[in-house]
Amino acid sequence: MASSLLEVADLACRRGGRKVFERLSFSVGPGELLALVGRNGSGKTTLLRALALLVRPEAGSIHWQGNDARAEPEAWRGRLAWLGHLEGLKGDLTVAENLLAAERLRGAPPAEDRLDSALVAFDLPSLAARPVRTLSAGQRRRTALARVVLAQAPLWLLDEPLNALDVPAQSAFRAALQKHLAAGGLAIAATHADLGIGGSRTLELA
Amino acid sequence: MADLHFLANPARFRRFSQRVLPSLAFATVLMMAVGLYMALIQSPPDYQQGDTVRIMFVHVPSAWLGMAGYALLAGLGASLLIWRHPLAALMARASAPVGAGFCAVCLLTGSLWGRPMWGAYWVWDARLTSMLLLFFLYLGHIALSRAYDEPERGDRAAAILALIGVINLPIIKFSVDWWNTLHQPASVARLGGPSIHPSILIPLLWMAATLLLLFVLLVLLRTDTEIDRRRLENAEPQS
Amino acid sequence: MSGFAALVARDLRLVWRRPGDVAVVLAFFVVATTLFPLGIGPEANVLARIAAGVLWCAALFAALLSLDRLFAADFEDGTLDLLLLAPWPLELAALAKCGAHWIVTGLPLALLAPFLGVAFGLEPRALLALAATLLVGTPTLSLIGGLAAALTLGARKSGALLALLALPLCVPTLIFGAGAVEALATGGDFGAHLAVLAALALVALATTPWAIAAALRQAGE
Repeated sequence: MASSLLEVADLACRRGGRKVFERLSFSVGPGELLALVGRNGSGKTTLLRALALLVRPEAGSIHWQGNDARAEPEAWRGRLAWLGHLEGLKGDLTVAENLLAAERLRGAPPAEDRLDSALVAFDLPSLAARPVRTLSAGQRRRTALARVVLAQAPLWLLDEPLNALDVPAQSAFRAALQKHLAAGGLAIAATHADLGIGGSRTLELA
Repeated sequence: MADLHFLANPARFRRFSQRVLPSLAFATVLMMAVGLYMALIQSPPDYQQGDTVRIMFVHVPSAWLGMAGYALLAGLGASLLIWRHPLAALMARASAPVGAGFCAVCLLTGSLWGRPMWGAYWVWDARLTSMLLLFFLYLGHIALSRAYDEPERGDRAAAILALIGVINLPIIKFSVDWWNTLHQPASVARLGGPSIHPSILIPLLWMAATLLLLFVLLVLLRTDTEIDRRRLENAEPQS
Repeated sequence: MSGFAALVARDLRLVWRRPGDVAVVLAFFVVATTLFPLGIGPEANVLARIAAGVLWCAALFAALLSLDRLFAADFEDGTLDLLLLAPWPLELAALAKCGAHWIVTGLPLALLAPFLGVAFGLEPRALLALAATLLVGTPTLSLIGGLAAALTLGARKSGALLALLALPLCVPTLIFGAGAVEALATGGDFGAHLAVLAALALVALATTPWAIAAALRQAGE
């Protein structure tokens, strides 16, 4: 039984005057995947954004290794890799340029040497020099996933990661996720479909 | 089902305002009657400007309240951003049009005052021009707070704007003053009016106090309306 | 610091891929300036008298033109979220965005203006003064405009609202910028005007990044 790294207690969020969720508590340990399930509008995205400190929760706490994430927001953000509904890619830059810029914008050391393995993981080397606006939705999603892998962050926050992915791409994602978990990483993913990772836990949002 | 979190402060405010409003309204009407008597009948006409100087009794306090109103917006904005006080947002939404209204009254009375003095309805006097820019800042605040589908977003954006605006106000005033002295107008257009004599000072201060009561009255009334409106918006089923 | 440089470099590279965006702003500047002699009349001493003011106003409008895409583009493709999640201060990121905007807007406008000033009959000293005041003044416009852009992210009628918010706040810069060039002609203190312009830029630098960051965080909620 892995001890937990991330502890969330009594989290509550409110959007536009109405309560999205309250008294939400869970913990995630190294190598664990927590799947968020629930209907549209149940607050899965809000929960992910609250964990990323993009949304200020009304109540509750987020602790990492016993330390309050909100007390050191910059350190907390350094531990996250984010995949939202939108890809977070610049259409006029190439795949390679986007990935390298994303790493530089995270304040990370130059990523040229790590780039190849991230591209290969999602079958992107042939697309590396293409501007992102010329890619299909599935190819863009793969690029965004490559960005997540490249970040080498301990906690992955993923919002509908399987969106727009075809079967080979889904396998590639599963493989990358398993590799991340095996190395002791954590992942929290909002998803409609089963991610197919053995031993994952589920949190249902009403 | 009443949402307890939201009602906490606004409910207290509602009880407070319902107690205070009737006596406040009565006091305002009374003071206005006395003030108008002093201003229009009792105080002496100016030896130069005659009776038109009486416009000053509304023009000058309106200017003061226009400026104080923006300081209020900035204070409420800080209160919203730092302490997330829900009432601060509603009161800011309520007071912005009131402050803008006093600004507009100041500009209009200034224009009416200028006509007999210089034959022009508008002069690019430093103080009038500064007041005009303050009026634009109010318009920006009012427009921004209402520009979002989600009202809380508009409240917070307007709060940031009010804080930046209040820092810029002295800078704008300084620039416009300087601009006015550089471009010396043909006539000495000073809407400063006559030097303050006690027979004018007392009615002026009385009218200032009266208009301040009117300001407070309007803000309290409008805040009550904003509380109701926000309650209605939050209770609507999400489409 | 590397994040700051990376953001400026990325935005500059994006503009490099679409140079038409810059060209349009500069073309607007030229066309708008041309309207004034057409509307007022080609009398030489009138034009010389209004030149500084006209060129400063036209530069102000041109600088505002490209502002509503400053953060909206990032908001729409999800890169704003990544900036909000970057582990270095958002205030620096705001400064980087405004800095890149100035490099592709304010700077070219400042360099182009003297050529238009010739058409208004300004003498060489005044042309140099015009460029100098625009160089010192346009960064302030980018910062104030950036703030207006951040405040109106996702709002209705954001274009017009952005102008309504930004223009009154830009008035001091306009007054001292145009005033500086006129001071040269009327024997006033050009240096003092330029110093005030620089002071205005410093005030903007000290206040707007925090306000822009606060506004961007609101947009991310």
